[in-house]
Amino acid sequence: MSVIAQSAAPRRLARSRFTFDRLEVLGPLFIAPAILYVVVLVGLPFLLALYYSVSAYSIFNPSYTFVGLKNFREVIDSEIFRRTLANTLIFTISAQIIGLLLGKIGAMLLMQEFPGRRLARALIVLPWAVPVSLATLAWVWMFDSLYSVINWTLVAAGLIDAAHRPQWLGQEDLAMIAVAVVHAWRLFPFGVVIFLAGFTSVPQDVLDAATIDGAGFWRRNYQIILPIIAPIIMIAVIFGTVFTFTDLSVVYLLTKGGPINSTQVLGSLAFQVGILSGDVAHGAAICLFLFPFLLVAVILLLRSLRRREI
Amino acid sequence: MPRLAGKVVGQSSFYAAVVTMVVFAAFPFYWMLITTFKTDGDLYNLKSIPYWFNAPPTLEHLKYLFDDTLFVQWLSNSALIGLCVVAITLLVALPAGYGLARMPGRSGENLSIGIFLTYLVPPTLLFLPLARVVTLLGLQDSMWALVVVYPTFTIPFCTWLLMGFFKSVPREIEEAAIVDGCTVVGAFVKTVLPLSVPAILTVVIFAFTLTVQEFVYALTFISSSSEKPVTLGVATDLIRGDIFYWGELMGAALISSVPVAIAYNLFLDRFISGITGGAVK
Amino acid sequence: MAAVVAKDIRKDFGEVAAVDGVSLSVHDGEFLVLLGPSGCGKTTFLRIVAGLERQTSGDVLINDEIVNDITPRARGVAMVFQSYGLYPHLTVANNIAFPLRTQGTPRPEIKRKVDWAAGLLGIDRLLHRRPRQLSGGERQRVALARALVRNPTVFLLDEPLSNLDAKLRASARSELKQFQQKVGTTTIYVTHDQVEAMGMGDRIAVVDHGKLRQVGTPSEIYDHPADDFVASFLGTPPMNLVEHDDGLLGFRPEHFLPREMLDGAVLSELPFRIDRMEYLGSERILYGALDGFQAKREVTAKLPAHVSLSGIRTGEWHKFAVREAELRYFDRDGRRIVSAKEQAR
Repeated sequence: MSVIAQSAAPRRLARSRFTFDRLEVLGPLFIAPAILYVVVLVGLPFLLALYYSVSAYSIFNPSYTFVGLKNFREVIDSEIFRRTLANTLIFTISAQIIGLLLGKIGAMLLMQEFPGRRLARALIVLPWAVPVSLATLAWVWMFDSLYSVINWTLVAAGLIDAAHRPQWLGQEDLAMIAVAVVHAWRLFPFGVVIFLAGFTSVPQDVLDAATIDGAGFWRRNYQIILPIIAPIIMIAVIFGTVFTFTDLSVVYLLTKGGPINSTQVLGSLAFQVGILSGDVAHGAAICLFLFPFLLVAVILLLRSLRRREI
Repeated sequence: MPRLAGKVVGQSSFYAAVVTMVVFAAFPFYWMLITTFKTDGDLYNLKSIPYWFNAPPTLEHLKYLFDDTLFVQWLSNSALIGLCVVAITLLVALPAGYGLARMPGRSGENLSIGIFLTYLVPPTLLFLPLARVVTLLGLQDSMWALVVVYPTFTIPFCTWLLMGFFKSVPREIEEAAIVDGCTVVGAFVKTVLPLSVPAILTVVIFAFTLTVQEFVYALTFISSSSEKPVTLGVATDLIRGDIFYWGELMGAALISSVPVAIAYNLFLDRFISGITGGAVK
Repeated sequence: MAAVVAKDIRKDFGEVAAVDGVSLSVHDGEFLVLLGPSGCGKTTFLRIVAGLERQTSGDVLINDEIVNDITPRARGVAMVFQSYGLYPHLTVANNIAFPLRTQGTPRPEIKRKVDWAAGLLGIDRLLHRRPRQLSGGERQRVALARALVRNPTVFLLDEPLSNLDAKLRASARSELKQFQQKVGTTTIYVTHDQVEAMGMGDRIAVVDHGKLRQVGTPSEIYDHPADDFVASFLGTPPMNLVEHDDGLLGFRPEHFLPREMLDGAVLSELPFRIDRMEYLGSERILYGALDGFQAKREVTAKLPAHVSLSGIRTGEWHKFAVREAELRYFDRDGRRIVSAKEQAR
């Protein structure tokens, strides 16, 4: 044993190698690139957005004059903006409610064994699995002013008079419904997947105990299963809400915010103002209205993540 | 008798519910499929029954798509962007996930949650300033802008995923390798990585599908047709003026969607266990 | 308080018969243990009695009434699961109260019964905690309190001690038995641990591959096993079984002693070559082989430690013997051959 470490030189080499080859030193090195990426390409742009929102920056006048909260005040005063904020909230809430309901029902259906279950699950997951823009295009075609298959079906079923075909994307209230439907359609498969995961995570012993204790189907569901999977559902709701609230693609492709800005959401309005019109300052201000909402979402998510320990 | 009747009613309403839900979810895709193969005459005919072919199916839309549009270019753009982003993501997220997993105490978990939270910062908040950054880097109107920006949302989630996975790999294996003379990096590469193939696959599929799906950044940064990824190209260039080329549009949408859908189904189960992983102790 | 009768219960899962025609009678107030290796069907049988699974054929009777189509709650059975099955999101008090709430019991009565059950099991001070804050032993008591609180007809226990530390298991075992004796409820207890079975059961039912091998008191099962499976399942180390006369000859290690210790009895001498010895503090286990007899396992002898081993060394042949009365004979199918002499006894 002692023969090996006789000469001084190898011992010194071993020590310096040991200094760098420890996890305490290498660990932070491993993590650094990820943190760097996030800080430079998420953190800094965020600060930049803040910066723009309090300036008078636009494509045509790229100056960095500080204007305080003027942009925010102007934005809030705008009627279009107020409508936009309301829309964003309406779409988000309605999509979550429908998504949750359909998600739970779908998961309960898919928990049963039946022939073709795997195929059914794969098909139900499609709306969420497929790129947003492409799926939305299919809906644009389905809502087409002349050739809408939905209208054709309604007329054929006798529910609507051929002369009074609804203009889904052309009328204010119908456009709202169209956007809400597409959002809910996109979101509910996510709900199905989450509920399925939740249902399968409840230990069989607990379910058996509930049966033995006399809990029927509904009581088992609402008093036992749902409370236990609540944290998981919460996480899913937060994600789903963020997806819908910050959406731009669906509205942009379906209605471009029309007719006459009646279906604008924060994302699409920011795009219109900040990029299409070149008014970066106001665009940034609009974007930043997303932030307080996201902060609340983050806090709720953290609390739910902590509560996952059951 | 009433019991049997009840059972039949129960069963049929069950199947009715399943069918309704499946139709609601999948009908738009059926619509995509059938539109792709219908002749223009059949498509734009108000008198015909839209649910099935009234004239024999045709390949003319697909032919136009592949011959007369930049569809193939867009597909290869998307594929290239996807591959590059996956590579960057793996290069950054693998060591980061490992470092976080082996960090002592709860600081590793807290830091990873911090990184994970950036996933919640949406493109619609960052696209404006990022547009400026991209111009600064001289990458405006180039798909390389997307290669640089997309990892901002793949890295956080993938790091978190990989951290969770590495935590479940017992340290003894690396320690045995170190005792046998490996460096820390060597131990990681020789012992942990081979065990992590399923997790790495999940990360690859996830990062690739996220990248190929993205629309907002693409819409913001790119205007030249030849630089567009497929989600953007299909949505913008297949509309000439006010006229939508629906046959081509749906064909392009269909072809682009299928691989993504398949990939999603493959990794769905892993995604579920990732989300509930902490909850199911 | 009830008697449970199972008549020819069969349960098939596809091609496999998990329970293969088990008929069993549990007397009122009795503590019956269902003993068998993992996967032998004992848990499936228990779940059938509970009403959680439906048998493929056969009848379950509680108090002479067929309950095949009756829900678990209506059967009045209570069950304690291996992992206790406590509701993680409810307090201990609410866990115990749950079966009463499902029956619409009025609130003051619920409180009274919960306090009574908690008191009986010594967990009153835990009523406001949640399951995740409790130790294994405490959780088990909560599960018992929840089972007890609605005065069940039958207690069904599915390996409730297997998740406890070894040390805790022994004390929990005696507590459980005393508890059952105090409340006097008919109990069916499933386990794979034969020490638990011997220590707790009024009668033991040995099950293997879905079939009932033998039912009897602990001494009946131990001293007069019905077949070689029962014989080798009970006892540590298991009964020595050697090939003999187109069948098997069996004798327990504790009856296999040096010749000198067995004077004055009708004996069978068996030369024993000792290959190794284990000293376990209170006893010694000797491992080796018999002259002229083939065996699947090493032949073992169990000697109390205070017996001196002068002259006994490994690698050598020694004269060991077994009392004639302790020898057991089994035919080629493993069934025990009971001699006329034994039957007369």
